[in-house]
Amino acid sequence: MSVLEPLVLLAIVVMAITTALMRVGGFWLMGRVPLTPRVRRMLESLPGAIVAAIVLPVIAKIGVVAALAVAAAAAAMVVRRNELLAVAIGVGVAILARATGL
Amino acid sequence: MSEARPREPLKWTAAGLVAGARMAVPAMPVMALFSMAFGAYAAQKDFTLSVATLMTTLMFAGASQFVAVDIWIHPMTGPTIVTLALVAATVNLRFFLIGASLRPWLGGLPAWKIYPALVVLTEPGWLMALRYREEGGSDTAIVLGSGFVLWLVWIAGTVAGFLIGAAVADPQRYGLDVILPVFFTALLVPMWRGTRAAVPWAVAGVAALVAAWVLPGGWYIIIGTIAGAIAGGMQDERA
Repeated sequence: MSVLEPLVLLAIVVMAITTALMRVGGFWLMGRVPLTPRVRRMLESLPGAIVAAIVLPVIAKIGVVAALAVAAAAAAMVVRRNELLAVAIGVGVAILARATGL
Repeated sequence: MSEARPREPLKWTAAGLVAGARMAVPAMPVMALFSMAFGAYAAQKDFTLSVATLMTTLMFAGASQFVAVDIWIHPMTGPTIVTLALVAATVNLRFFLIGASLRPWLGGLPAWKIYPALVVLTEPGWLMALRYREEGGSDTAIVLGSGFVLWLVWIAGTVAGFLIGAAVADPQRYGLDVILPVFFTALLVPMWRGTRAAVPWAVAGVAALVAAWVLPGGWYIIIGTIAGAIAGGMQDERA
């Protein structure tokens, strides 16, 4: 059992501080770097870059079920701008695809 | 994220906090499911509710919490704490880049208005905030508003998952293993600005695939993202 003893508390606090430093560090650092057009373009590429870097390896790992789910959600999002609907459709497609043995 | 619309001056209002909380509603079910899965996993791995809840409250970073639970030992030792700190740093390194991307928008704000929002920032809150900004929004308090309510959902979900336990411990059964990629993709769709702007995304995806293939752990996310950002920086200025 992991109960709340001093070393456990220390472990959690150390991880929490590390995580918080990551969350504030990038913003802080960019305040000390000149925001040239090039840097700005790099920052503007980040949302798509992060999502692609998270999503594609997961698809590669899980396989065709994940690819179908993501494609279905993206299509749903194009038709109707509704994230919840898109997620429901994506997950639904994954469940259906697995039910058919994919 | 083009400068398409004329911008109102930035503001930070109580109404913005509420608007942020409301903006976060579509992300709540996903957050709840994920935190429940974490709570159930922690329970399975012999954590007490107090330890699991404290970790989830102070970290609010799902992927790193799962890994932490994986390498956790009872009783805790000094060397393991060092390993846990390294895991938190590497798995959450992407937040460094996420925070950096908010500098052009929020750089002019006083520190007390932005740093609390950064501490509760997650991918969904970030992507929704960027879209809000792109659509001409000027109330920067939405970042804190959405982050704060998602944090509350995260904590509540962890406790619920811990207590419910096994029902949510098998993510594949309900398609939960695809929910994160599905949700992130859905959040990205409104940011589509044509194939040219998506070239860095493709570079990021390919680099991440290669990195995931040759490197252990979660490094592929950082490597892919940086490759994509460099590709974005190298594109020449064009309308």
